[in-house]
Amino acid sequence: MRVIVNDMPNGYIPIFIFLALAISFPVVAIVAAKLIRPSAPSLTKLEAYECGIKAASDSRGRYTVRFYIVAILFVIFDVETIFLFPWAVRYRALGWFGVSEIAVFLGILIVGYIWAYKKGALEWV
Amino acid sequence: MDVILFLVFAIIAVVCAINVVVQSHPISSAVSLIGVMGSLAILYLLLGAEFIAAAQVIVYAGAVMVLFIFVIMLLNAGTEVRKGRSLMVQVLGVPLLIALLGVLAFFVQRLYPRSTVHFGGFRGGSALAIGRALFTTYLLPFEITSILILIAILGAIVLARKELE
Amino acid sequence: MIDSFVVITLIKVLVVFAVLMTTLAYLQWVERKVIAHIQVRPGPYRVGPHGLLQPLADVIKLITKEDLVPPYVNKPLYLAAPFLAITMALLSISVIPFGPEIKVAGYSTLMQLTDLNIGVVFVLAVSSMGVYGIALAGWASNNKYSLLGGLRSSAQMISYELPLSLAIAAPLLISNTLSLRTLVEKQAGGILQWNVLHGPFPQIFSFVIFLIAAFAETNRVPFDLPEAENELVAGFHTEYSSMKFASFFMAEYANMITVSCMATLLFLGGWMAPWPAAYGSSFVPPAIFAIAGLIALYHGVNYSRKRDKYTLPAFGVIFLIVAGILLLPVVQAWLLPLFWFCAKTGAILFGFMWIRGTLPRFRYDQLMGFTWKFLFPVAMLNLLVTGFLVAWFS
Repeated sequence: MRVIVNDMPNGYIPIFIFLALAISFPVVAIVAAKLIRPSAPSLTKLEAYECGIKAASDSRGRYTVRFYIVAILFVIFDVETIFLFPWAVRYRALGWFGVSEIAVFLGILIVGYIWAYKKGALEWV
Repeated sequence: MDVILFLVFAIIAVVCAINVVVQSHPISSAVSLIGVMGSLAILYLLLGAEFIAAAQVIVYAGAVMVLFIFVIMLLNAGTEVRKGRSLMVQVLGVPLLIALLGVLAFFVQRLYPRSTVHFGGFRGGSALAIGRALFTTYLLPFEITSILILIAILGAIVLARKELE
Repeated sequence: MIDSFVVITLIKVLVVFAVLMTTLAYLQWVERKVIAHIQVRPGPYRVGPHGLLQPLADVIKLITKEDLVPPYVNKPLYLAAPFLAITMALLSISVIPFGPEIKVAGYSTLMQLTDLNIGVVFVLAVSSMGVYGIALAGWASNNKYSLLGGLRSSAQMISYELPLSLAIAAPLLISNTLSLRTLVEKQAGGILQWNVLHGPFPQIFSFVIFLIAAFAETNRVPFDLPEAENELVAGFHTEYSSMKFASFFMAEYANMITVSCMATLLFLGGWMAPWPAAYGSSFVPPAIFAIAGLIALYHGVNYSRKRDKYTLPAFGVIFLIVAGILLLPVVQAWLLPLFWFCAKTGAILFGFMWIRGTLPRFRYDQLMGFTWKFLFPVAMLNLLVTGFLVAWFS
């Protein structure tokens, strides 16, 4: 098996350097803080914060399904928006062809959006 | 430099992938899966597909995994209960896995004996090139994608309708 | 050759990082001052002249605070969440261009860490990862307030990401590029070429949608429900203290800077002056600094508080020196673009603070209804109309 190494799309090396710095900064800050700060935990301090009253139950109960619906609609429409970027970059070359293509694409999705609206999926009750 | 980055992120991807299976708590598995998606994006980048890399992060790491995390948070899915394993699984599991990997590697090597791994050799990964391909050659699949997304909307809302009413 | 590239890159990384950190610290001071003056009170003024050393005092305070890790948290995720938040928030800055290509001591370099072909999508991708910092912090804390704050916040962030992406796509139809540098270069030649006013369809609606969505993405007033203190205490960072709390705080401010820079680059022509230098736009920055310096000198002479007698004249002299430097042709090539970029970004940041001092908070159902039922369809419509008009007039 042969391996050829070309440059990757130019200009990502500075990002990796910056990433290394951006990761090491909070590490250094938190470790430095660990060396100089006091540490005196007590039973009361370590309780879950509930306005001074003892926690009545575990926090991880079940929550409303609305959050789930929002997330699933987000996934669906996010896939749609990612298609818009190559389209926008290529727009001048495509001309009227590009308009009609995306009008069909978005038209079908707008039908879905209106249906979801009518079904009440976008209500937050 | 690229080879070092490739090795680093390939190792991260594999370790995270193993971690997805090994972890007993669903949220740890989901976080490991985010790690896999992120490292895969960087591997795409090293191969020269920059737009695909960004799309991988936005759609998989940023959207699909948010849904996973939400479901785990909402359902309060707890730690997986480990059942006792049968003797055969304990004894034969790992050797069989290694054997399977060996067979797979052997056949891949046989199928592509003179294959070349070409870092950065792919030049069609820019947004412009993808736009050109998507809106001329692959126009029909692109438009059908929108119907696929529409079906996904219908499915999601039908599934959730009982809760909505 | 390769050595000079590496050295220049390292220098640029360090400079950008240092400037970013200082800005983060002082943005907090500026915000407290602005809010204070909106509410007719002096704000921080005890530590140093006009409270200028307050950020330093805050850093010392936060580092020396006790760092409580409650026993009931999910420890790995609890520790990882603030890292994730701050790292992702800082990372976007690496593709932001602050000015044109410049020559320093024979080397020509970009006033930007690196220019990507997909810069716009890169920022979107990195900011879409930022949601995990908050969601995981809320979950790992194992506290009801944290969990609700984290859930609310992440649901809000993903909901507003859709109109945000659509509002970004619309000006790209005019500029046809994803590189942030090319995007700005296409807006050269005066205020009418900026995307916010560019023909055939001025992107003023996209600009407004972008700003609204950006406020929600950064969890700022009027969308600061995750931190709605009268119902959720401190939201997702209720159980965090010391430097871990500071990480979330810095991440919020870094995100504010990023979205302000993006608004400047996408809509307001980046580092371009509002009208060409041939008509005297290069005299505006020195004039602004000179006027500010003279006002400071005047108030230093007719002081109202005793300490102003020394501090205000000092500021006046500094401003006048800056005005003088801005007039030197040697440095104008890179200082003027930097000035315009900072002025535009600063104006948007000031808008963030002004709105925080003005508006009340949304209710959660209003917040979600607003984006799903109004902002998202409007952004989609705006995109289609833009596409139609651009095709019509070209």
